[in-house]
Amino acid sequence: MPEDLKAFLLSAAMGGLVDWQSYETARHLFGVSYPDIEQVVLEQGLFPKRYAAQRQFFQPEGQLKLCRARVAIVGCGGLGSCLVEMLARAGIGTLQIIDPDVFVESNLNRQFLCTADSLGRLKVEVAAERVARINPAVTVISLVEALNGENGVDLLAGMNVVVDALDSIPARRELGHVCRKMNLPLVHGAVAGWYGQVAVQRPSDDLVSRLYSHPGQPEMEMPPDNFSAGVAAVASLQVVLVVKVLLDVEPLPANGWFSFDLREVDLERIDF
Amino acid sequence: MRITVKLFASFREGRFKVESREIPSSSYLVGQLVADLELPVEKIGVLLVNGRHAVLEHRLEEGDVCALFPRIGGG
Repeated sequence: MPEDLKAFLLSAAMGGLVDWQSYETARHLFGVSYPDIEQVVLEQGLFPKRYAAQRQFFQPEGQLKLCRARVAIVGCGGLGSCLVEMLARAGIGTLQIIDPDVFVESNLNRQFLCTADSLGRLKVEVAAERVARINPAVTVISLVEALNGENGVDLLAGMNVVVDALDSIPARRELGHVCRKMNLPLVHGAVAGWYGQVAVQRPSDDLVSRLYSHPGQPEMEMPPDNFSAGVAAVASLQVVLVVKVLLDVEPLPANGWFSFDLREVDLERIDF
Repeated sequence: MRITVKLFASFREGRFKVESREIPSSSYLVGQLVADLELPVEKIGVLLVNGRHAVLEHRLEEGDVCALFPRIGGG
């Protein structure tokens, strides 16, 4: 990293904050990418002005950890759209978004990345474009894939945290299994109407499979039954858990999960 | 014999959140409770007795806390 870049950023900072204009100048002068500039800003003890409103919340050390984090979002539909938006705005340095699908009309009620213009387009491509508009300091890797037991290890290689934004139970079981094999923490989430659940499956744990352990009928594909706020509520708590995992903020239940009942408006922690 | 039954999510609809329930003393299985509550067996996600996984054939005892969660799979 050019020493001149560091000097430039130090001189450009006002009150310790580096504004986006300075990023653009730095990129132009030194040929360095926005994500790399952001990392240098934080490593120099400066703070991106973009995140000024969360400087007390995350602290520079926390923001640097988020910048260095590589988070996989498996699924880019309802939960995924919310996760992409919130994690990008928080400043997660790399988002690897995995989904094979395109947007369809019935996604419009709850998939925030879906617009009239994006119908028929690949979800992960639309996601990349959205992130480029809201926070170009975030690197997005878009993978047009359906994660399963065979490709999971390749798709999640190099990630620090994996987030479940899937819409089927069999797929979740596979994801939980892959993450366990790879010793990756998995932030599980699922939502159906008023009801949802989130949990952190710790590395080498099998919590997700235990949440779906009861033998029932063979898995049936259930048609979606979700509205915007239910999806956003569950995704929001997933983002909170991602941040807590990355920043090691206790408490993180070792052997439990959170059950949402939005009809009763209550959120309860359940421990095994 | 009395047990406590806790229902979660959609299982609460038309039923309750938590209830202290009188059950017959002998051979009362969780499966019988599920049937008595008219809960759809195939929709059960997690079934806990005193915080531990249990099967439908589990025999309930005085003071047990039985928690039932539907499986939730959307996103």
